[in-house]
Amino acid sequence: MTGVREDFREILRLVRPGARVLDVGCGGGELLELLTREKQVDGRGVEISHQGVSACLARGLAVMQGDADRDLDQFPTGAFDYAILSQTLQATRNPRQVLSELMRIADRAVVSFPNFGHWRVRWSLVQRGRMPETRSLPEPWWSTPNIHLCTLADFNALVEDLDLRIEASAALAEGKPARPMDPTKPIENWRAEAALFLLGRRSGPVEPDAAPGDLFGA
Amino acid sequence: MTIAAEPEAIAQDGGTWSFPSERPLVLDSGARIAGLEVAWRSWGRLNADKSNAVLICHALTLDQHVAGTHPTTGKPGWWTRLVGPGRPLDPAKHFIVCANVVGGCMGSTGPSSTNPATGKAWGLAFPVITIGDMVRSQAMLMDAMGIETLLAVVGGSMGGMQVLQWAADYPERIFSAVVVAAAARHSAQNIAFHEVGRQAIMADPDWRGGDYALHGTRPEKGLAVARMAAHITYLSEQALQRKFGRELQRDGLSWGFDADFQVESYLRHQGASFVDRFDANSYLYITRAMDYFDLAAAHGGVLAEAFRKARDVRFCVLSFTSDWLYPTPESRHVVRALNAAGARASFVEIESDKGHDAFLLDEPVMESALAGFLDSVDSARGLK
Repeated sequence: MTGVREDFREILRLVRPGARVLDVGCGGGELLELLTREKQVDGRGVEISHQGVSACLARGLAVMQGDADRDLDQFPTGAFDYAILSQTLQATRNPRQVLSELMRIADRAVVSFPNFGHWRVRWSLVQRGRMPETRSLPEPWWSTPNIHLCTLADFNALVEDLDLRIEASAALAEGKPARPMDPTKPIENWRAEAALFLLGRRSGPVEPDAAPGDLFGA
Repeated sequence: MTIAAEPEAIAQDGGTWSFPSERPLVLDSGARIAGLEVAWRSWGRLNADKSNAVLICHALTLDQHVAGTHPTTGKPGWWTRLVGPGRPLDPAKHFIVCANVVGGCMGSTGPSSTNPATGKAWGLAFPVITIGDMVRSQAMLMDAMGIETLLAVVGGSMGGMQVLQWAADYPERIFSAVVVAAAARHSAQNIAFHEVGRQAIMADPDWRGGDYALHGTRPEKGLAVARMAAHITYLSEQALQRKFGRELQRDGLSWGFDADFQVESYLRHQGASFVDRFDANSYLYITRAMDYFDLAAAHGGVLAEAFRKARDVRFCVLSFTSDWLYPTPESRHVVRALNAAGARASFVEIESDKGHDAFLLDEPVMESALAGFLDSVDSARGLK
């Protein structure tokens, strides 16, 4: 497992073995393949590029070409145990809608995004008066796909607003192991370069443990 | 230095399977065809545990000559890009079968076959057939060949409809399914274009109420017009524009109704060459079968119900951006139903300006997607 991305390593730790997993923005299927091999998950993917989808097909993965904003309505309610959205939320047109869709499709969502409250971002904005270009946000404002950036505090508020529960969270930094954190602590909004959350529903029906193999619950 | 071995000739076979009259094809309409004949071709060899059989389902005006040389036209088979040595479907690895559909005119029982009751060509006395009937006859052929389960069922256009029907009717007999440029139902527009073609045929005085064979005539003009109209639906506006624009056949206009424009001449050629290889009544019957196709209707109006038992089948659904005959939303509709049924569905929309016909043309993304998919299917079945 050397060479595995740190956020993948963390996701691998969070996901229950044998779970039904949807990876939204699955790229060439690296994470799905890892989850299938290490956690025996029943995985599906959504990927916008045909190169990504073709690569997934060659790995034997079931992947649909589509995008997080438009195509999540293809999946029935409660079809998955986990929906994963890795470093993509900030690039969607309607992050709030995407997050609620993830929580409709799955019992839990695993979401990661760059933290716009990180000190380097704030410093760049304050010092230069320009949109930040940092390690985790390398592109200039006019070409970045990140159109809905948020801070850790912003995300906490959205989680509250959507009546979700944070079951686990970790700070991510390139090349470093994920560090468990309390995302409500103001200091983390300065320290975390990127954040990864495991979200569950706060209210509503308690998730029954789905019978194995009963995919999409007949 | 080693001398490269002579490439081993590809095993090919073919023929016509005649079913005994006590094993009739029972049709969706309730009618029966006794003494059914199914013309087929194959490439490769069935392995010892019979796990490498692939069925290809052909489109409306195509036939069982997927690879090799077509006996009538002398042209190469219609899917040599996908079927052949080193291709995604490889005779060295797979046993690839394609059969002419029932109702067709390339050797399988159809309206131009002899009606045993009269000793003459069936004509319009031939019963109306459906996509379900085509698939049932294919299943009979698989039984006859001793093939219990298929590694893959693969088809484009009407072939894709048959693949979906296979998934609904015989899910336990297929391991994977490839559906290219197809739909789970015929739309009003699809039916409308087919009706234009049928009316063109029936308006030809040589059609003779379908009994042209008895009169020694052929409704060539009507069939050619039907083909011309249909051919436009297989292309995209961009493809036509790129190919022909407003280019003229000769210098200057004729100030008459000759084929001044290259596109007119092209369509006339398409129509004229089509009548040499296709039967007008078969065209009526097969287009009717497509129009009647509505997989959801047979399952309480819920398409997902059609795939309820196909959860373990691996699906690969492909569409093309410029296909306005079976546009991407039709494929997405299928994929949504597959997801609702919990099947393993993959879907790719391929960027192409070649219209519906793209599935027969050079589309590298289609080839790589199918190669990847079929490769993983091979591995899952231990066919490496």
